[in-house]
Amino acid sequence: MEVRQEKRGLVEFKDDKVFTWPTLVAKEFLAAIFVTVGLLFYSYFVDAPLRELSNPGQAENPAKAPWYFLGLQEALVYFDPWYAGVVLPGIIVLGLILIPYLDNNPKGNGYYTFKERKFAVTTFVFGYIFWYVLIYIGTALRGPFWAFFWPWEKWTHDFPTPPPMHDLPLPLGIILMGGFYFAGLTLPALVKRDFFMKLGVIRYSLTMGLLLTMIGTVIKMVFRLAFNVKYIIATPWINI
Amino acid sequence: MKVIPDFLKKITDNEIWKSVFRHGYTDTPRNRALQIISNVWLHLHPAKVREHGTKIRFTWCMGGITFFVFLFETITGILLMFYYVPDVNRAYADIVDLMYVVPFGRFLRNSHRWGAHAMVITVSIHMFRVFLTGSYKPPRQFNWVVGVILLVLTFLLSFTGYLLPWDQLGYWAITVGTNMARATPLLGHEGPFSYILGMRPDNDVRFALLGGTTIEAPALLRAYVWHCIAIPLIASALMMVHFWRVRKDGGISGPL
Ligand code: HEM
Repeated sequence: MEVRQEKRGLVEFKDDKVFTWPTLVAKEFLAAIFVTVGLLFYSYFVDAPLRELSNPGQAENPAKAPWYFLGLQEALVYFDPWYAGVVLPGIIVLGLILIPYLDNNPKGNGYYTFKERKFAVTTFVFGYIFWYVLIYIGTALRGPFWAFFWPWEKWTHDFPTPPPMHDLPLPLGIILMGGFYFAGLTLPALVKRDFFMKLGVIRYSLTMGLLLTMIGTVIKMVFRLAFNVKYIIATPWINI
Repeated sequence: MKVIPDFLKKITDNEIWKSVFRHGYTDTPRNRALQIISNVWLHLHPAKVREHGTKIRFTWCMGGITFFVFLFETITGILLMFYYVPDVNRAYADIVDLMYVVPFGRFLRNSHRWGAHAMVITVSIHMFRVFLTGSYKPPRQFNWVVGVILLVLTFLLSFTGYLLPWDQLGYWAITVGTNMARATPLLGHEGPFSYILGMRPDNDVRFALLGGTTIEAPALLRAYVWHCIAIPLIASALMMVHFWRVRKDGGISGPL
């Protein structure tokens, strides 16, 4: 012990570096042990699900994707499959990839801070929570025919018929959606000039485009729930 | 009486031992460094790291745990492959055997299943931590991109495994999942504008995924090969890049 203390003084650099062995490696080994024990313990008591042999002629009701995709399946209630199942996840992945190139705020690099990057943290945390809220709804609150049930309700097959839905007239839909993106892109640039200037046109447009698409996705859900609107824009070729 | 020290010296002070272990274990700074750099696995780490990077409250240890669970899945997965054949006539029976006949089969299958869920959870927590510490900022932008691809691969690994038991749960989950591909704009036969490319049920992107128009033997085989070979290989390669970049980008991020 003493030997170590003496020798240490000789080699220590003047920085906050510590020896990986044992400081870090010990923690990693401990973490590995805890995870292994936890997984084995859980696996000993809880069985993995296994249903009957697959039968193409008899659909499960409800048929659910694995839980981590249930947010997207839940989005199917509000959007056509091309959006909920393909374009929305595509935008999410693309948006995630773009984050480092859009966020040019030099502060908050390598430490926890909310104050120095309020916009970035708020946006990300909102999206992250939203993703899991949808997963929760899709997993726990959707029963047969994807009907909605509260946690205390029993899943039955006779639930009230959902109210009829209607599309917005095409011109109104285009005005609403065009106006939403137009206002969303221009207003913040006018009101928060320094935000716009710091990002530059390209970063700003991409950031706001992605943000508006995320908010728009939520708004469409609200439209459906509150006003029974099926499509904001309905055309023979594509519906949104 | 110094039998034990003498004995230990006999064991360690000879050519064979020294050919395996290159340095002593006395606690000296030199040995601490050697412990890392003379070990092919541990030298993924530098000999010294910035102290805050070793704090669990900084990294939450989530990247490391994700990697560890991946290794756990590799081992349990290889063991499962001894018992499971991706043939529609016996896949389900193989799983039932694992649950009721194979010694520790149920335990093995459970661990692999729950490990898969655990990995999806830990990777998403890891991403959350990396975001909150702003660790994707220069010079680590590209490692974040590699991370996002790893995230998608983790989902796909889990998803392709879901079909393999060939039970109602997996079958209909994959049905729901792959039906989405039908709706891909341009490339899925029910997607917007797909008529431009002349998409039909038997030539669109869903057909390519399933190897057919319905989920049958080719789909099971495809899921199996992606799950056991292709995606693990791609993910391993990207993890190597990921870890390499953590070091090349100056080690774990931290306040300057
Ligand atoms: C299979 C999936 C993954 C594995 C095994 C993995 C593993 C790791 C490990 C072991 C570290 C070292 C620090 C730590 O433990 O936190 C790390 C750092 C990092 N990871 Fe991942 N990761 C994965 C996925 C991701 C994802 C999804 C992202 C982001 C979208 C990401 C972005 C990063 C970045 C930017 C760093 C550097 C962080 C820093 O320097 O503070 N990784 N990763």
